[in-house]
Amino acid sequence: MTRRVTVGPFNRVEGDLEVRLDIDDGVVSSAEVTAPLYRGFEQILRGRPTLDALTLAPRICGICSVSQSLAAVAALRAAEGIHAAENGVLAANLCHAAENIADHLTHFYLFFMPDCARDAYAARPWHGEIAGRFKAVRGSAAQAMLPARARLLQIMGLLAGKWPHSLAFQPGGTTRAIDLGERVQLFSIIGDVRDFLERDVFADNLDNVLALDSAAALDSWREGRGGDFARFLGVADDLALDRLGRIALPLMSYGAYHEEAASLFARGVFDPVEGRVAALDPEAISEDVAHAWMRDTALRPAEADTEPDADKPAGYSWCKAPRYAGGPVEVGALARQAVHGDALIRDLVARTGPNVTNRVIARLLETAKIVCAMQGWARRLDLRAPFLQRAERRGEGAGVGLIEAARGSLGHWIDLSGDKIRRYQIVAPTTWNFSPRDQGGVAGPLEQALAGTEVGDEGAKSVAVQHVVRSFDPCMVCTAH
Amino acid sequence: MQPFNVLWLQGGSCGGCTMAALDNGTSGWFAELARFGIDLLWHPSLSEATADEVVEIFDRIVAGTQRLDALVLEGSVLRGPNGTGRFNMLGGTGRSMLHWVTTLAPRADYVVAAGSCAAFGGVPMAGTNPTDASGLQYAGAEAGGALGAGFRSRAGLPVINIAGCAPHPGWISETLAALALGGVDGAALDDFGRPRFYADHLAHHGCARNEYYEFKASAEELSQQGCMMEHLGCKATQAVGDCNQRGWNGNGSCTSGGMACIACTSPGFESAQNFLETAKLGGIPVGLPLDMPKAWFVALAALSKSATPKRVRANATSDHVIVPPRTDGGRRK
Repeated sequence: MTRRVTVGPFNRVEGDLEVRLDIDDGVVSSAEVTAPLYRGFEQILRGRPTLDALTLAPRICGICSVSQSLAAVAALRAAEGIHAAENGVLAANLCHAAENIADHLTHFYLFFMPDCARDAYAARPWHGEIAGRFKAVRGSAAQAMLPARARLLQIMGLLAGKWPHSLAFQPGGTTRAIDLGERVQLFSIIGDVRDFLERDVFADNLDNVLALDSAAALDSWREGRGGDFARFLGVADDLALDRLGRIALPLMSYGAYHEEAASLFARGVFDPVEGRVAALDPEAISEDVAHAWMRDTALRPAEADTEPDADKPAGYSWCKAPRYAGGPVEVGALARQAVHGDALIRDLVARTGPNVTNRVIARLLETAKIVCAMQGWARRLDLRAPFLQRAERRGEGAGVGLIEAARGSLGHWIDLSGDKIRRYQIVAPTTWNFSPRDQGGVAGPLEQALAGTEVGDEGAKSVAVQHVVRSFDPCMVCTAH
Repeated sequence: MQPFNVLWLQGGSCGGCTMAALDNGTSGWFAELARFGIDLLWHPSLSEATADEVVEIFDRIVAGTQRLDALVLEGSVLRGPNGTGRFNMLGGTGRSMLHWVTTLAPRADYVVAAGSCAAFGGVPMAGTNPTDASGLQYAGAEAGGALGAGFRSRAGLPVINIAGCAPHPGWISETLAALALGGVDGAALDDFGRPRFYADHLAHHGCARNEYYEFKASAEELSQQGCMMEHLGCKATQAVGDCNQRGWNGNGSCTSGGMACIACTSPGFESAQNFLETAKLGGIPVGLPLDMPKAWFVALAALSKSATPKRVRANATSDHVIVPPRTDGGRRK
């Protein structure tokens, strides 16, 4: 007999979420995911002066504000043919990296791990240690992580004034040039963050972490190791988290930390079944509103408008259903590293596919990579050169900005006329991952990942459901925006 | 001592006020809260309790069996469509945040708006205000909002508005700590319900560009060091906040970061356009310091422009110091 349960408010997901589960014999047979908040940013931006996007777009999201800024900047550069000062690109990468590391650490320590500290696991041998370390608000890990996070975000104070919501990110670069002493401060902050990772997260030198190139290498590395990453791996093994939230949808990445001619992480679409990566075609991106509380306008973001319709009978979410080449795709750190070709992530995906464990591993591994990249960017800043290029603006044209936020692929489509915004469309990472069904009835990635989850008699109280949902690190405020 | 209970809710929010709050304190925000006996009854981003457990907390508050010292709302109250609040439902409850906020606020000793959205409506109110967003007790500068102009919490105070987008972490933390310590009364708030400990200052106070301001040596483009009031839209002389007297994310601030103050602590800041350009009438900025006769300002500006040292003028339009100050080798006269 099918039992339908509703789970919500679903917290520690950055924003709010509602999940409805059909349960047959203790197993989720079908799921519907609802984004319950709509603020109307695309409507708000319509008709405004072009550059107002730089004030308003970051305010879509308080946790990935820099990502929203940089997607808007990328769209404006594309629409208006603007080139940025190299220093400004490096400074923006440094800020973006700081935000992304803060997000990955916030997810791991404050959003994901507290579920492992729940009383539901009191009988597990590791529970005492994990609860002491990760209990929500009270655990010892947050006491160490929050000061490290605050230190990390001082990069924003140095290069962009403040976080969240800075206006420092401009089409021509960034607004603050730093001097010799400030570059030293930058190195010092990055060094402190690296120390935190090496001490608390990995309990090893990052070079050794980055040398891990297979599941076997990871297994032997973690043997007897302390640190929160190894603690997680122990819990994940015991709970078989690699069997949770398994799907095999294409993994997509727009490529991350772009410079004029290159990017730190590659762009593409990875097929986890075939193990092959294909080039990304931005023209293959569409948004379907069959089950969103939205009126139908156009499938292509460059031509679509956003018109809410709260009474639409078929609707069950404010989230539209983005599709790549007609189907759902998974985005996030796992997708980013799989597309880029990280050997460890490719091996893990080949063995067990995208799942709860591998999503968490990819995030922490990426954190280590980014910190190392930051040291390189800080060294490359040329203190004699400008951070902001004077930009000749046309105020006309259309463009798309495709970047990677911490949680995955973020796109802004902009259309300008008479230096006003004629159209603005945003497709955020969790729009992809938490999409509702499309016109063909195909469920979104989380909806698919939840199907098959064993919840036993616990129904809505199942911790397994919590793990699956949070493994995607959803940002619900971005989702419908 | 009983803990000071805080229930934190997020409405039409970006979550940025919580993200800012998490930045507070050298020992971390949780330690800071504990130091002042503040207990997070529930916080959407941080608490373990989820789904039905949360609704049970709400029910206990409504029934009067759970004391609520402070209700904190982050984000606007979305009243649309057509007054239903359906643009923002609280997951799993079948009820809107509009419902929950108006139901819970009368049970709280203090009601606190974290950020300009909860205070005045903020960014969701921009443009056509498609979701009929408002603040708790204001819609822009107009009293009213979701709770009504006459609302008083059980302690007899209007909504305490920690305005800012996002507010400084210290504004949030210090307001909550001051409430927990007791003795906050109406005199601690300004005309818009903002805590005076930060709202009795202007964002301009302590600006590192002050010498440029004094001499009206203006930046002409972003990233230049000069004063941003004349050309680049800076409203720091008209916006409240001790923004340049305490550091943001270390030693930062908007003006030190090279961008204009957009008056994010002011009701209706989102309805401005062209944030990084100064609106002018007859060549004179429309927005001038509010407590000074305009004619005097214009006269003094002309005088200081004529007295501007070459060093200040040169550095004002550069992104780094090109003419260092003269010190005569540091010899005292």
